[in-house]
Amino acid sequence: MPDDTLNVSHFLVTGDPLIYGADVSIVVVSIAIVAVLTYYRKWGWLWREWLTTVDHKKIGIMYMIAALLMLFRGGVDALLMRTQLAFPNMRFLKAEHYNQIFTTHGTIMILFMAMPFIFAMMNIAIPLMIGARDVAFPYLNAISFWMFFFGAMLFNLSFVIGGSPDAGWTSYPPLAESEFNLGPGENYYLLALQISGIGSIATGINFFVTILKMRAPGMTLMRMPLFCWAVLATSVLIIFAFPVLTVALALLLIDRIAGAHFFTMLGGGNPMMYINMFWIWGHPEVYIVVLPAFGIFSEVVATFSGKRIFGYASMVASLMAIAVISYFTWLHHFFTMGAGPGVNSFFALSTMIIAIPTGVKIFNWLATMYNGRVRVTVPMKWALGFIPNFAVGGATGVMLSVAPADYQYHNSYFLIAHFHQTLIGGVVFGMLAGMYYWWPKMFGFLLEERYANWGFWWFNIGFYVCFIPQYLLGFMGMTRRIYTYPTGMGWSTLNLISTIGAFMMGLGFLFIAAGIVYSIFYGERDTTGDPWNGRTLEWSLPSPAPHYNFARIPVVTSRDAWWTMKEERKQGVLPPGRDELRPIHMPKNSGRPFILSLSFFVAGFGLVFHWYILTVIGFAAVAACLLLRSFDYDTDSYIPVDEIKKTEASYGRS
Amino acid sequence: MKCKSARWYRVLPAGAACLMLSGCTREQFLVFNPAGPVGKIEMHLVILSMVLIGIVVVPVMLILWYIVHRFRDRPNNRAPYRPEWSENRTLEFIWWGIPIIIIGILAVNTVRDTFRLTRPPEPAGKPLTIHVTSLDWKWLFEYPDQKIATVNYCYIPTGRPIQFVLTADAPMNSFWVPQLGGQEYTMPGMAMRLWLQADKPGTYFGSGANFTGRGYAHMKFDVIATSDPEFSQWAAKVRQTAPALTRSGYTQLVKQSVVGRMSFSSFPPGLFQEIIMREGGMYMKHDISVLDNKA
Repeated sequence: MPDDTLNVSHFLVTGDPLIYGADVSIVVVSIAIVAVLTYYRKWGWLWREWLTTVDHKKIGIMYMIAALLMLFRGGVDALLMRTQLAFPNMRFLKAEHYNQIFTTHGTIMILFMAMPFIFAMMNIAIPLMIGARDVAFPYLNAISFWMFFFGAMLFNLSFVIGGSPDAGWTSYPPLAESEFNLGPGENYYLLALQISGIGSIATGINFFVTILKMRAPGMTLMRMPLFCWAVLATSVLIIFAFPVLTVALALLLIDRIAGAHFFTMLGGGNPMMYINMFWIWGHPEVYIVVLPAFGIFSEVVATFSGKRIFGYASMVASLMAIAVISYFTWLHHFFTMGAGPGVNSFFALSTMIIAIPTGVKIFNWLATMYNGRVRVTVPMKWALGFIPNFAVGGATGVMLSVAPADYQYHNSYFLIAHFHQTLIGGVVFGMLAGMYYWWPKMFGFLLEERYANWGFWWFNIGFYVCFIPQYLLGFMGMTRRIYTYPTGMGWSTLNLISTIGAFMMGLGFLFIAAGIVYSIFYGERDTTGDPWNGRTLEWSLPSPAPHYNFARIPVVTSRDAWWTMKEERKQGVLPPGRDELRPIHMPKNSGRPFILSLSFFVAGFGLVFHWYILTVIGFAAVAACLLLRSFDYDTDSYIPVDEIKKTEASYGRS
Repeated sequence: MKCKSARWYRVLPAGAACLMLSGCTREQFLVFNPAGPVGKIEMHLVILSMVLIGIVVVPVMLILWYIVHRFRDRPNNRAPYRPEWSENRTLEFIWWGIPIIIIGILAVNTVRDTFRLTRPPEPAGKPLTIHVTSLDWKWLFEYPDQKIATVNYCYIPTGRPIQFVLTADAPMNSFWVPQLGGQEYTMPGMAMRLWLQADKPGTYFGSGANFTGRGYAHMKFDVIATSDPEFSQWAAKVRQTAPALTRSGYTQLVKQSVVGRMSFSSFPPGLFQEIIMREGGMYMKHDISVLDNKA
């Protein structure tokens, strides 16, 4: 077992100006938050309206804010790395720091930025799109969010307490085993991912059930908006993939804290097992984050072309095909591990095949715009920027799938450029499109266009300036994860250009953030609830939607239900006689998800430093929360008709 | 403004690419400058796949530009507007079909070459075996036939297939010499075979490609290809002039450090097999069979 004695100088990371800067900013921001909340007497409001909420709309908003903050943190990591790589033999970061930063950059961007961003969009839109009043398990939904939140907090804490993980976001043994990696950083990684992973699995189950069981009458599966199909596919992927990660992380943790030998060669274990398990989760994971983006693009492209989505059945089929095939491609992450030509050929082919349904989706988006009326609004800009971006990213993916050629790309900057192009061009573009698209539905005002346009152009152009040079660097033999490089290889110019591109993207992010702040004060109010001339049910509601979403559950007769209702109204077809309002059954708020997740955080923090008493206290609190929930029968209530009438009247509806 | 910026956005990547290319010479694109048959096979696949994906990607860009231009929502746009048009069997048949054909062509080539690269490259001279061990943070090369060893560089004869047998006495790394061919992992307790060959003399850049911690960025090495007689001369010289690698010398070498080039006139017999067995090879007997069959 590793030595678990500790002294203070190990506990608080010392001796580096970056860390001291982080220390100061954490303390200052914390004091500022506490002061503002106290001065304006907002503590009660924070607890009642946000920390205890089970409302999917508010949970979605919290996910989105967290994702944007993590995008900022991961983006700063990226800029630090690009600064270090701007010139050969730079002395801006030491190897130790660079290794920590690329590890946290990858982990944060995938698990604490992309994941909460898709969960944000799912939470905000899915119940509204299918005509439901909340998700199937609202209380579990709150647990999911707080598990993610405290997992992310635990991970970020490592920067100032104990030191960050530095074995890469993939955390391969033996490098991640205690033999080579003593510090607490690796424990932070394992426990933070474990805690937030529990939340992710719960979200997958929640949305799977929500979409299958909570649709409004008349909304058959084939009348669902494509975003719902995408989220259904993603949920299935989460349910099957995340448990594999949970097991892999748990076994590695047992190796590290209890001296087991699951992944050490000496003692009969095998590190290749971890690598396989990691990617059996890891490959579906990239589709987990990109499928919802595909769903958002389908909604955005159809809405802003004023036209039905082209080839709906094909779109559904390709989503499902991608979901299934994505389970049979994981080995392409390590063609170079010597699995033999038969195995490599199988995984090369399965990987190429996944490009076929993906290509079909791109053609169908193009055909959706064809014969339409394309309104180039901000969400549509992100969708239009996505198409060429993802076409190239997907195409280089096909290049990577050619196993013998992959021996030349593997772990080179070609690979780095490829997956950033799919994850930024696909996921980040998708989530930003979704954010601009549904923002009025969340907050009741639109995001101002000028800032948003500047943000889009800087980010989009900066993307190409940053990553196209990296493809070339890969061909020149530059490998990933090196903190410095020599002169004379011809890498210097391209690296400098790439760094300039990264800062352009950073500037783009600042414009986006500034646009949000500006719009909070001056944004155009959305009084109609349907600012984009939308097609799906969420636009039939006022903005922001009332607590209970639908006063009367709508009856769906076709795809694009809200569009059809509007068309019928135009043609003078009267909507069928409406039912009387009835009391609405809603879940009650609860503080227990917050406390439960906080307890997990405490237990996890104890495990990181081998403080077993703290761990036991944390798990005891977890057990207490679970028990209390079991004996809690006061979990729901009815909103009386009078209150519904009053709320609807305040929106000018009846 | 919108229209202008749209054009700007298309021109910029192309301009940037020209700018970049002007700064570097063709020789520096190592993958496109192969020095042997393995690298050539891989380069041909890279080019083939680029051409094939270009068949899809380029039209997508053009069609996108055309559609957004033609169907833009402007007051006087006379283009047809058919909001209910959403099905067309023929079109869908085409764009399911074309990718399937392209992937089919690529698949055939991929499978053929995947199998081809597991055999010694042709035309085959007499193969030479080199045992490679990745350490923290250096590369050890042992020549079982010449009975010499080097660190961070190795000589190979041109025109002969080289059988690199790879292992690690440190976290997993990856052995990559781009101009000779693609990489393969070096893993503790395992022996893996990688066939490479140089057809022309030269010094080829090699590096570790899988992250192994603090000194990883410095794990570079050179592969120097010379004619067969020159190679023999070099080996003889090392045998006569260099010090021997002892067991305690190896123990020092395994410790974490970054070092320059080293040469050794001999190494403890059976060292390579010992490393593999000690690091877990005893659990993976079938995996070190590569050591038995002398190529």
